[in-house]
Amino acid sequence: MPAPPCASCGKARAALRRPRSGQALCGACFCTAFEAEVLRTVLAGRLLPPGAVVAVGASGGKDSTVLAHVLRALAPRLGLTLHLVAVDEGIGGYRDAALASVRRQAARWELPLTIVAYADLFGGWTMDAVARSTAGSGRSRSCCTFCGVLRRRALEEGARRVGATHIVTGHNADDMAETVLMNFLRGDAARLARGGGLGSRGEGGALPRCRPLQLASQKEVVLYAHFRRLDYFSEECVYAPEAFRGHARDLLKRLEAARPSVVLDLVHSAERLALAPAARPPRPGACSRCGALASRALCQACALLDGLNRGRPRLAIGKGRRGLDEEGAQGAPGDAEGGVEGAQGASGDAERDVEGAQGDTEGGVEGAQGAPGDAEGAPSSCDCGASGVRAACDCE
Amino acid sequence: MAAPLSVEVEFGGGAELLFDGVKKHQVTLPGQEEPWDIRNLLVWIKKNLLKERPELFIQGDSVRPGILVLVNDADWELLGELDYQLQDQDNILFISTLHGG
Repeated sequence: MPAPPCASCGKARAALRRPRSGQALCGACFCTAFEAEVLRTVLAGRLLPPGAVVAVGASGGKDSTVLAHVLRALAPRLGLTLHLVAVDEGIGGYRDAALASVRRQAARWELPLTIVAYADLFGGWTMDAVARSTAGSGRSRSCCTFCGVLRRRALEEGARRVGATHIVTGHNADDMAETVLMNFLRGDAARLARGGGLGSRGEGGALPRCRPLQLASQKEVVLYAHFRRLDYFSEECVYAPEAFRGHARDLLKRLEAARPSVVLDLVHSAERLALAPAARPPRPGACSRCGALASRALCQACALLDGLNRGRPRLAIGKGRRGLDEEGAQGAPGDAEGGVEGAQGASGDAERDVEGAQGDTEGGVEGAQGAPGDAEGAPSSCDCGASGVRAACDCE
Repeated sequence: MAAPLSVEVEFGGGAELLFDGVKKHQVTLPGQEEPWDIRNLLVWIKKNLLKERPELFIQGDSVRPGILVLVNDADWELLGELDYQLQDQDNILFISTLHGG
């Protein structure tokens, strides 16, 4: 049976059906609608005011490629100046290839590109070095914890270097929906409530961040890239472990097959949640070392680097972070591996969780998990003050 | 009764890694008793093209959730999915969405 005609132009055959409306559109009309929706998202949320200098987290992956392409098309209309900022975590054989992709894009689009390397920013700590350092702790996935936190910091640094007023990342609706599911499944109330909204104002001196593709489903991002013939990098991070997000992702994919609008419906549900008064997080303070937002003496990045430099990388991971407050303390027994979800497992999660270039850091940092029922530790809390079992949330 | 068919099978978005990195495959499907539909094509692909880890491409009698299927640039959802009957010179594109971006 042939495809129906496009509901918009009536001339070409429809190429797809939009998940929410069920409307059948041809490739060209779909791309136009996609761009119009991103524009609407930015305008309605007042995310990027005229004159904004925007640092686009660019990983070479599908989401940041689409993000940069669309923003570039909309830039004149919105009065934006764009800079690509890519993060080099120092993952051999993976990040080099992805960065080559970003460089090609920068050249093709004629956009300035800044690359920030972990090795330079964090005293020689590449992710490969972190992975080796954390390998002994028996949890390969904990290296993703570091990556999530450090990548956010690196992106912030890159944005400052180019004089940006705003940071954008390519998180799509599926990333958000997965995060919502994960937060529900892990009882993370504070993060659930925080999950809504299109961006963060930027507290504690951090630059405001937003996610213009937040209402675009991953499928539509891929289809947009296909119809616009965009070239992107599509391999998994070599450290992408099996992490909890994989479960949420599998569930979401199965649900989507049965009910295509479930991705966007989940995101909208989360936006409408309100926290019970007792669950609201306290106001955060400032890191004693670097001044960034922190709910404890040291912010996440400084705490993790501290642990690495002292040869005790798991200090800042897991419930309680007691090792930091009490010199000489061991990681708590029952200090759950909870390695930070960091990049979620399965495909390119290192791509998923942390802010930063698309594909590099999609969701928030999952933070350490902490064992349920670990009665000993004080709950660890994110820099923003959200408490719970994780070291860092996806506050932006 | 189906006559032999000539189709182009393409893989993208990382799916090509399961097929020796080869993105485009010109394929001649042999004449057979049953008509050639996507369902049969998947069985054929699994047997003749798939080089590794079939569970990353196929789940049950369909593709793994997260793999998009476009026939002549149209989402297979519009065409009957597994039941779509292949025509000569069709292009069937499988795009994986399952990786970071």
